[in-house]
Amino acid sequence: MKPSKGVFRVTALIRTTSLLITLGIWPAIGWGQAIDTGDTAWMLTSTTLVLFMTLPGLALFYAGLVRSRNVLSVVMQCFSIACMVSVIWVVCGYSLAFTGGIGGFIGGLSKAWLSGVGVDALSGTYPETVFVMFQLTFAIITPALFVGAFAERMRFSAMLLFTAAWVLLVYFPVAHWVWGGGWLGAMGFRDFAGGAVVHVTAGVAAVAAALVMGNRQGFPDTPMPPHNLPMTVTGACMLWVGWFGFNAGSALAADGAAGMAMLVTHISASMGSLTWMTAEWVKFGKPSVLGIVTGMVAGLATITPASGFVGPMGALVIGVAGGLGCFLATQFMKRTLKIDDSLDVFPVHGVGGMIGLVLTAVFSAAALGGLGLDEGVSIMGQLGIQILGILATFVWCAVVSFVLLKVVNVITPLRVSGEEETEGLDLVLHEERGYNL
Amino acid sequence: MKLITAVIKPFRLDDVRNALAEVGVQGMTVTEVKGFGRQRGHTELYRGAEYVVDFLPKVKVEVALTDDLVERAIEAIVESAKTGKVGDGKIFVTDLGEVYRIRTGETGDEAI
Repeated sequence: MKPSKGVFRVTALIRTTSLLITLGIWPAIGWGQAIDTGDTAWMLTSTTLVLFMTLPGLALFYAGLVRSRNVLSVVMQCFSIACMVSVIWVVCGYSLAFTGGIGGFIGGLSKAWLSGVGVDALSGTYPETVFVMFQLTFAIITPALFVGAFAERMRFSAMLLFTAAWVLLVYFPVAHWVWGGGWLGAMGFRDFAGGAVVHVTAGVAAVAAALVMGNRQGFPDTPMPPHNLPMTVTGACMLWVGWFGFNAGSALAADGAAGMAMLVTHISASMGSLTWMTAEWVKFGKPSVLGIVTGMVAGLATITPASGFVGPMGALVIGVAGGLGCFLATQFMKRTLKIDDSLDVFPVHGVGGMIGLVLTAVFSAAALGGLGLDEGVSIMGQLGIQILGILATFVWCAVVSFVLLKVVNVITPLRVSGEEETEGLDLVLHEERGYNL
Repeated sequence: MKLITAVIKPFRLDDVRNALAEVGVQGMTVTEVKGFGRQRGHTELYRGAEYVVDFLPKVKVEVALTDDLVERAIEAIVESAKTGKVGDGKIFVTDLGEVYRIRTGETGDEAI
C-alpha cells in the first residue's frame, strides 16, 4: 500500500516514537478526513477486480494447467480458500493485520469480529468497510496462489487445515509487518502492492509444500501436459485486468499515483510477456502460448512491489527482468533441481516478487524516472532495506510453512494414495468429473 | 466378402471418403484413433518441461466390401491417402465371415 503523504509523515513519526505502535495508534485508518466519493468508487471497483483475479481468474488459469482428471480439484481449492479466508478475516484476520499490536510483529484483537467497523467508519477518505474488503481480496489470493504447488496430489481436508493455519501465522503477520504499521513498514520497506506480502510468501510456501509433499507420481518423466490451454489463457487475461485493481487500487485513492500504477503495471505485463516468449523462442525454437501468458504473470508479479514508486521506463526494465528472471528460474526448478512445484508458483511469483522488490530500490529514484526515494535515503540504503525485508519474509515463511505442513501431516495425511492420484482428485475427493462428454 | 481397415492421416479423410464413393462403396465406419508406426512422435514443451508424444492421431476407416470391389477400393484408398511421407498409414484386409443387415435380416453380399 502506498501511504499518502500524510501517512509518510506519520510513518516518520512512528519511526521515532515506537510507543505509538505499542499503544496501537498507527492506523491507516480514520484521520478525521472527509469521505471522498471518487476514492470510494475506485476502491470499490478495485476490490471487485482483485476478487475477480482469484474467482474465476486464477481458478481457471490453474484449472487449464492440470490434467483433466484434476480440473475440479484446483477450482475447488481456490473457491474454498476464498470462502474460508473471508471468514477468518472477519473473525480476527483483519484485526491481526491492521491494528496496532505487539512490537510491530502482529496486530491486536481490538477489531476482532470487525468490532467498530460500522457504516460511518472511515479509512482515509473512504469507508473502512471498503478497506476491509479490499485487503481481504489480497488475503484470499495469496494462499490461492500456492495451490499450484501441490496441485494434483494434496488431500482437500489437509489443504484447508494448512491454509487456515498459514494465513494466521504467515499472511497476517507479514501483512502487518509491511502494511499494518509493523516493523518493516516503519523501516521504510517499499512493497507497494504485495511483492513480499503476497508473491514471496506464496512462492516460498509453494516450495515448502512441494518439498514436504514430494513430486507427483511420474514427475518429471511422464508427460503431464496442460489439459486446456484456452482455459488457462482465459484465466490469465482475467488476472491481467484484475491486476489493475491490485496495483492501482493499492494507491488507496483515485489519483495520479493510481493512474501511474496502472500504466506501469500494463507496461511490465507486456514486456514480461514478450521477454518470456523471446527467451523460449531462442532457447527451444518455438514461441508458445503458455510461455507468453506465463511471462505476463511474471511481469505483473515483478512490477507489483514497484508499481507505486516507478515510472514507465523503470517498468520496461522491470518487465524484462521479471520475464527473463522467472523464465530462467522455472527452467532451473524443473530441469536442474527437479522439484515438482507443479504449476511453477515459486519461480514465477516468488522469484518475480523478489526481483521486483530489489528493483523497486533502483527505479524509485527520481534520476531513473521514479517517483523518488524518501528524503535522505540513497538507492543503496533502500536496497539494504529491501533485501532485509525479502530475507525476513522468506525465512519466516519458509520455516513456518515447513513446520505447519509437518504438523498437518501428523493430524491428517497431506497426500492422497498413489492409486487415488492415478484415478484423479476430482472423482476421489469430490465424486465429480469435470467433463462428461 | 472382405473387411478393409485403413489407418490414415486425418487430413486425408475427405479425399478417401470421396474416392471410395466413386468406386461404389456405399458405407463406412470412421474412428479417431491414436498409434504409432515408423513415423516418430513429436515433442511438446510446456514451460520447459519436454514431453515426447509417441501416439499420433490417425483416422481408422472400416469398409465391408463384396469381393469384386476390393481391388478397386484398395487402389482408391492408396491413391487418395498417399502423401509420400512416413506416416501415411496402412491397409489391412481380412475375410468377413458373415454380414447381417439389422433392419431387413438380409445376409451376405446383399447386406453390404
